[in-house]
This record gives sequence, structure tokens and C-alpha cells, in this order.
Amino acid sequence: MVEIGHFALVLALALALVQMIVPLVGARVGSQSMMAVAGPVTVTGFALTALSFAALAIAYARSDFSVANVWENSHSLQPLIYKITGTWGNHEGSMLLWVLILTFFGALVAVFGTNLPATLKANVLAVQGAIGTAFFLFILITSNPFARLSPAPVEGRDLNPILQDFGLAVHPPLLYLGYVGFSVCFSFSVAALIEGRIDAAWARWVRPWTLVAWIFLTGGIAMGSYWAYYELGWGGFWFWDPVENASFMPWLAGTALLHSAIVMEKRSALKIWTLLLAILTFSLSLLGTFLVRSGVLTSVHAFATDPTRGVFILAILMLFIGGSLALFALRASTLAAGGLFQPISREGALVLNNLFLTTATATVLIGTLYPLAVEALSADKISVGAPFFNMTFAPLMVPLLLLVPFGPLLAWKRGDVLAAAQRLMVAFAAALLAALVTLVFIDGASVLAALGAGLAFWLICGALTDLAVKAGVGNVAWNVSARRLVGLPRSIFGTAIAHLGLGLTLLGMVGTLCFGAERILSMHAGETVEIAGRALRFDGLYPAPGPNYTEQNGRFAILNAAGAVSGEVTSSKRFYPVRQMTTTEAGIRTIGFSQLYISLGDEAADGSVVVRIWWKPLVTLIWGGGLVMMVGGAMSLADRRLRVGAPARRRNKTVAADGAGVS
Amino acid sequence: MNRARTALLSLSLLFVLALSGAAQAVKPDEMLADPALEARARALSEGLRCMVCQNQSIDESDADLARDLRILVRERLKAGDTDKQVIDYIVSRYGEFVLLKPRFELRTLLLWGAPVLLLLAGGLFVFRASRVGRSAETEALTEQEKAALETLLKRE
Repeated sequence: MVEIGHFALVLALALALVQMIVPLVGARVGSQSMMAVAGPVTVTGFALTALSFAALAIAYARSDFSVANVWENSHSLQPLIYKITGTWGNHEGSMLLWVLILTFFGALVAVFGTNLPATLKANVLAVQGAIGTAFFLFILITSNPFARLSPAPVEGRDLNPILQDFGLAVHPPLLYLGYVGFSVCFSFSVAALIEGRIDAAWARWVRPWTLVAWIFLTGGIAMGSYWAYYELGWGGFWFWDPVENASFMPWLAGTALLHSAIVMEKRSALKIWTLLLAILTFSLSLLGTFLVRSGVLTSVHAFATDPTRGVFILAILMLFIGGSLALFALRASTLAAGGLFQPISREGALVLNNLFLTTATATVLIGTLYPLAVEALSADKISVGAPFFNMTFAPLMVPLLLLVPFGPLLAWKRGDVLAAAQRLMVAFAAALLAALVTLVFIDGASVLAALGAGLAFWLICGALTDLAVKAGVGNVAWNVSARRLVGLPRSIFGTAIAHLGLGLTLLGMVGTLCFGAERILSMHAGETVEIAGRALRFDGLYPAPGPNYTEQNGRFAILNAAGAVSGEVTSSKRFYPVRQMTTTEAGIRTIGFSQLYISLGDEAADGSVVVRIWWKPLVTLIWGGGLVMMVGGAMSLADRRLRVGAPARRRNKTVAADGAGVS
Repeated sequence: MNRARTALLSLSLLFVLALSGAAQAVKPDEMLADPALEARARALSEGLRCMVCQNQSIDESDADLARDLRILVRERLKAGDTDKQVIDYIVSRYGEFVLLKPRFELRTLLLWGAPVLLLLAGGLFVFRASRVGRSAETEALTEQEKAALETLLKRE
């Protein structure tokens, strides 16, 4: 089975080569039959990659330690779910997941792209084939997951205990669906540059693909953030770690792309910019892959000592980013610029959105790479950490967030700021009220915290105002506006819901960062501690066995005012003997939208235990807001105009062999 | 200790997550009795890097070196140093690398200046593009076209 997987991977590489060359040539010489090769080859390539991935997953599920990769990252005592998720819990397997998702998206384009102009479709799939070729080569040459060991070891070396968590089942697949999803937008852009024109089909296709990738990436980042929050045991939700930034940059650029694609689709303006942004977004995904995979982040010198993988990815990076940008420089001037608009208009607002988002992306990029540049140029080392990013990123976001409610209320082409401002009066009053209430009624609230709460309410109420205005609330009778609200296009709901989610996330951050409480102390069993008006009693440590670990459970009781137990929290420390590692499993109790977070530290000789307790007000809104943003994206994706689409161009329709081979 | 961390790091680098193990930051026995002084120590600690970790402040790290630095910060504070004196002292011993927020100086000029410069450059570009767009819109008619329009209108 393992050899079948390896063989399928080699075959997939061969097909990717065909997919790259034949349709491209076909589009050039105008051969329908050569272009028609793209569809079936892409779908078959996906099937082979899936087979290869399945072979590795089965080797993991069976604990086949004759496979070096399984031996290094699995153990026979692991629960089945962690055996399977271990498939992508390592470098080789995660790269296989990367190409699996790449070929999956290629197959989607092949299957659903029946109404695309033939040459555009051929070129798009050829570019996807080129990306696939590069990564198949990378896996087969530098990171083969199917290498065998002889003699086969009896027992594996266990998966890194930190990764033995449900988060591993969800976070990497979601994240890669987002990262790699942008490859479709990239391929469409490069295909348009190869053709030298941006036609209506191009404009219609880029936005839904961006949306799909954006929804997954949003989910991946939110999930990753929550995973880090509960697994690391110090209660932070974002660390501005270079590895996190690697995923955040494509998200920021992708968000900008999402908004400029709206202008392009609706008003056929900003075409060239959207095209460039699509290239940049996927380039940032590739850069993220490079940063994470090559080891360059630890140190430039560490990278230089074992550079095989790093240099390979760097070459891929230069080929695709450099190549596409060079193509852009050559061809952009031949592309027709789109429609015109006044600065004060929906388009103008979306341009401002793009200005702030791309500046923020560039700031994160420069901050992430600056230490590498300084180290490479001067051999000095400097650090760029969270305090830098907080100081530069936040000021860029505040004006953007202030402008968000205005955007959807401005008309296309020529808008009226005063009219929009008038409609936002209620939202503004609500935001002001929220800020004042925060300042007056919450102990120790700083002015900054009040402003943050106000801004969050401004976003939330602004999103609701958008819906109310479009339903005609206040202008027409209630039942009429209710009917209108239901009948609004789903993309309008999508926008409002996504902006509302943004407001919720901000509210969660303000609550957690400004109003949280912390206790760090040494506790004996039976002792009680007070936090944020709650009493918490430590009931002692109890050992318990696990499938491939042993754990110490610290039990805590939440006491109400009368001293009776109103709830229990268990916080654990796990010891994994195979890797000789300890992990913390934070004890978390959700109360409303807030959480009580308990993490265990070292046990002293006298039986006392170091305990860290946090009260995190509204913290769940941080990720809940992310979920709401995803729902908004999904609503927008379900919009009628995307489902129905414009009439297909019959004369250009490809041979109907596209769907063959999918099963 | 250090090697274990590096191994862990290379594993956690697989994902976009900064997973670096059970974190046991500042411990009760290190903390100062004076809450105001302790609060300053915590704030300072958040800006100082644990030199043997990947992107962790000494406030978050459980490495021995981080503990030493935390204790050092508190000793200086107890001795009456200002925040700036503490930072200067730590930098003089451990170098600029220890600062998570790099100082504003010649070699970090581009780092600190980038957001402002990019925003200005981008804003200028957008502004000029919108001017060009508007003039293209208003100057769309040439003299001949105007004359043609006149005749058309007169014919009505």
C-alpha cells in the first residue's frame, strides 16, 4: 500500500507536467483537443494525490513503523484520531496535504468551470499544474513521506504531545484550504496576463474563489488562535509570532482582495489592481510556506547549515513570485483599465480599505523579515516582537475600523458622506453610550478601553444600521420593511454579518485585554482564592492514567457567595513518557461569553502547587466573531448572482468531458 | 533544555501555531511584595526577549535564563532604578537582541518608518489616480466632438 502511495505520487507529478504544458500550448496554437486535456488530467491528478495521501494515512492508522515517517511521528498506543491526524503532524505529511488541497482546487475548477472560456480555463489549469509540479518535485526530492526503514522498528517515537489534540484535526486542513485556495485566484490572474486580457468571466470567477479561500483561512486562523490559547497554558490568543504572521499576511491581503474584487465585479473598475492583489496574496501564502518550512525563522545561520529544503522552496518562491510579477510588469499596460468613479463613493471607500489593509500587510511583512535582513547584512541580531506590532498595527486598524460602517452605505460611483453619516447617527450614539457606560460603570476602565468598546459597538451597530437602512426601517411600515429585509440579496447580509463579526472580535479583545484579571500563587489543597468577584477553592491533585500518558488533575471548585459549590474546573498536567514531555491542559470554564482559565505549574516539595488563574471577560467573542465572519462569507457565497451566474458562452464551451473521472 | 526547545520548535514550526510547550512564566516566589513595583516588573518583562526561546518574552517563558532575567529586573527595580535604567542595564549586558520592541535608530529607521511611508505613498498614489480619473472623465470631449454634439442638439 505504501509503495502504491509513492507510485501514485510519482504519477501525479507526471500528470502535473502534462497539465502544465499541453493546455498551455493548446491555448497558444488554438487546439481545442489539446486544451481539453486539462480537465481530465487535473481530475485524475487529484485522484492520484488523494490515493497517495490515503496510503500514508492508512500506514499511520495501522502504525506501520516500517515507514520512517510513521515511526518518527506515531506510537501504537495513541488514540486512533491522533494516529490519523499525525499524518499531517509532520513536515512530509503536511506537504502532502498541501498538494492534495492544491489538486483538489484544480479539480474543482476543472469540474465547475464548464462555462469558462476554453483558453482561460486551459491557462488557469496549466498554471495550477505548474504549481503542482514544483511541489510534487519538492516532496519527492527533499521530503519523501514514503521512505522505508529496514529492519522495521517495533515501536514508534510518538507524535509531539502538543499536537495530540483535536486542534490538529481541524487547524492545518482549514489553514491549508485557505492558503492554497488563493492559488486559484493566482492562477486566474496569471492566466489573464498570459492571455493579455481580463474578460467578464475572469471578473465573475475571482470573487467566489477568494471568498472560499478567505472563509477557510479565517476559520484556520481563529481555530489556531483558540488552540494556542487553551494548549499553551498562558492564556494568550495572539503572539505576533513569525509563524502566526505567516498566516495573517495572506489573510490581510486576501481581505483586501475580497473587497477590491467586489468593485471589479460590480463596476469593472480596479481590474489591474485586483489582479496584482491576487498575485500578491498567493505569493504571501508561498512566502509563509517558505518561512515555516525552511527553518529560516530560527536563524539565518541555522538555515544556512541545512539548506536543501529551504533553497528548494526559495527557488519555487522566486520562480512563482518573480515570474508572475515580471509577467505583470510586461502585460499590465496592455490590460484595459476599468470604470471611473468619484473619490466619495462605495468604490472610493473600498480603495481606502485596500490602502489600509495593504499597508498593514506590508508592516507585518517588514516586521517579520526585518530581523532576518539585519542578521544577514550586519551579523547583528535584533528582535521584532509583539510590542512593535501592537504599536504599528493598531494605529493602522483604527481609521479602517472607523470607516467600515460608511462603506456599505455609500452609493456606487458617487456617494454622499453626509447622508451616510445621518443614517449612522443611531449607531454613533450607541457607540458613544457604550464608551461612556464602560468608563463610568466599570472599575478601573481606562479611556483607551472605553474607546475600544465604543469602536466595537460602532462596528456592530453600523452593520445592523446597514441592514435596517436597506430594508427601509423607519421609512416604510414595519411589515413592509420586515418583508424587504428577508428579500435582501444574501451578499448584503454577508457584508453586514461579516462586519458584525469583526465588531464582536474587537469587543472580545477589548474585554480580555483591558478588563481581565490574573492571579499567580502557590496553593495548598483546601485553600481558597478570590478572582474577579468569584471564590475558587483548590481541592487537590489527583493522578489519572491516560492511553499514552499519565496525568495529574488539579480539581477546583467555584464557590458562590454563600460558600456553596456552584461549579467545578479540572486543570491537568500530562506527562508523555515516550518523548519525556509535559503538557498543560488548561482548566477552562465558560461563564456567559467569558472564561475562567486555570493552569497548573510546578508542584513544590511541601505539596503546594503553583497555580495561575485568569478571568477573561468576553474572551470567547474573539473566536466567535471569527465564526460570524465565516458565516458572513458563506452567506455572500450563497448569493443568487454567484449561483445563477451570467449566461454561459456557448460557442466557447469546452468539450463536455470535464466531469469525467470524478466519482 | 535548549536542545529540547529547538526540537520542539522545529516541530511546532510545522504549523502556523507557535506551540512551544507548557509555559510556566513568572513564579510566585519571584514576585515582589510591592504591587506597584511588581506591575512595573511585569510590564518591563513583556518587552524583554527570552534569548533562548523562539519569540517569547521573559514574562511568558519557563527557561532558566528567562527566570534569571526576571529576577534581575526585579532586583534593579528594588534598587530604585527607573524603567529606562533597567532596560539600559539589561541591554548593556545582553545586547539589543533582548528588546522585543527595537529602539528607533539608524538601522531600524526603515522598520519604524515603513508604515507611515507606505501609507503616505499609497495615499498619494490613490489621490493622483483619482485626479487622473476625474480629468479623464471631464475632458472626454474634444472640440470636434463638442461641435458634433452641438449640431446634434440643434437638430432636435
